[in-house]
Amino acid sequence: MSDASAQPVGRGLRLRPLGLLALAALLSLAVSLALGSVAIGPDELLAVLAGGGDALHQTLVLELRLPRALAAFGTGALLALAGALMQILLRNPLADPYVLGLSGGASVAALAAMLAGLGVALVTGAAFAGALASTLIVFGLAHGTGSWTPTRLLLTGVVMAAGWGALISFLLAVSPVERLPGMLYWLMGDMAYAGSPWPVLGVAVVSLLVVMPLGRTLNVLARGGLQAAALGVAVRPLEWTLYLLASLLTAVAVTTAGSVGFVGLMVPHMLRLRLGNDQRLILPASLLAGGTLLTLADTLARTLIAPQQLPVGVITALLGVPSFLYLLYRSR
Amino acid sequence: METLDAHRLVIDIPGRGAGRPLDFAVAPGERWGVLGPNGAGKTTLMHTLAGLRAPRSGEVRLAGVPLSRLKRRALARRLGIVFQSQHDDFPATVRETALIGRHPFIAPWQQEGPEDIARAEAALERLDLKHLAERELSTLSGGERQRVSLATLLTQSPQLWLADEPTNHLDLHHQVAVMELLTEQAQRGCGVMMCLHDLNLAARWCSHLLLLYPDGEACWGAADTMLVPDALERLYGQALTTAMVDGAPVFVPRR
Repeated sequence: MSDASAQPVGRGLRLRPLGLLALAALLSLAVSLALGSVAIGPDELLAVLAGGGDALHQTLVLELRLPRALAAFGTGALLALAGALMQILLRNPLADPYVLGLSGGASVAALAAMLAGLGVALVTGAAFAGALASTLIVFGLAHGTGSWTPTRLLLTGVVMAAGWGALISFLLAVSPVERLPGMLYWLMGDMAYAGSPWPVLGVAVVSLLVVMPLGRTLNVLARGGLQAAALGVAVRPLEWTLYLLASLLTAVAVTTAGSVGFVGLMVPHMLRLRLGNDQRLILPASLLAGGTLLTLADTLARTLIAPQQLPVGVITALLGVPSFLYLLYRSR
Repeated sequence: METLDAHRLVIDIPGRGAGRPLDFAVAPGERWGVLGPNGAGKTTLMHTLAGLRAPRSGEVRLAGVPLSRLKRRALARRLGIVFQSQHDDFPATVRETALIGRHPFIAPWQQEGPEDIARAEAALERLDLKHLAERELSTLSGGERQRVSLATLLTQSPQLWLADEPTNHLDLHHQVAVMELLTEQAQRGCGVMMCLHDLNLAARWCSHLLLLYPDGEACWGAADTMLVPDALERLYGQALTTAMVDGAPVFVPRR
């Protein structure tokens, strides 16, 4: 078995791509801290991070840019991880965290709260409640009177999402003009009101610790429910876990930044094109790459037409769509 | 060595009467063939025997213990199945696919070790797939894909082998190779049960046969007692001509 060590199953072969992605993540955070209304050079940035440096730079980096960069990183990480899990759950590489109508539920609740003139904290709370309500409705309906299959879950979710879409249009139509920009920014995803980064980062780390031991089992589940059951996987409890976990991750992400699109669909898919489909690699890689993508996108969103800011969701789509199409075109 | 037995088993096919409850035992070393026309319930029977579907009544027992009392993972270490079709929604290589046969034997926090990889490699070698090990499943032909499924089951190496049309899509040589593999497993002391559409493969390689009729009727027993032209003609609703070749009967449809 001299060639066995060359098989793509060892831990060693997973560390290299993860190391590169971790490096990219750090770089993206550094870029995000350095760029803005006042550009800060690498030497000065290091000095500030070490606790020294100019007082203005201290405030800029540590109090304004760092929390926002970390919140963007955490949000992107959650969305990409949720997308990867949702794709396995639905056995569909084209699923994304919003495919089951979760962002729709969150958006309707958040817009209703904005229309009622509630403050940021209540809008955030409403978004979270809306996301969870949508999750429970879809799950209950897909469960129905019989067993649920991935197809039935997917169809239920897609139809619910269409329903939420109609409600969103309705709310926008009846809202006073001066409230519309805030609402549209929220719908496209915006890091400006992210607040403390620790909830998203904490949830990202904890959920990775939860899913990593499941990696090989998820590989088997990707082969189909029957095959997984025949290889000893308790399919139904695992699917419940995936559904609830992916929903929770998405709810936290949507609550932090509104419905940022494309990250959850594209990041896992792009990684699969390059790295294969071993979840023990894809899940942590999604977390790192999703975080990196959203950090860079948010940096562009607040610098591109400064002092005006763009919604970050616009940038993720503008960056993501061409790179995704390119990878797809290049793939075998 | 373990016996799989069906005890007053009625498989659950919606809209069909109970028919005759099945009472048979697949003992170590036996090679059972399941014959029947399309829609007779062969696949449902296989899934029920593998514990993947609940029966309408009766039960399936492994070494005397009802399957419903066994944990999935414990069952998967002792009983394996090749399905009629696979769902390859995500990219995967041939080698990775063979290796998932070891899943029930590896703890969640453990990695596949050298011994697991060696087993997968040996299975690929045995099924003539070594040269395709790095290939994506989506690039394989139907017959090659079918052999990968068998390689996964050989890597799993259970005591009881269930195979739903294992010779599907295979060329003549590989059909024989698969029947020889199943025979070899039976000689090792495994129980083997397979659905077949080819009467002649069944006549040559099966020690026992179960005939499933579309109305739920069934009969079973030693192969030589079941290979009666009248019974087979009634099974398929097709007139047959019989000849003896190499000491085994050969059945050819009449024109």
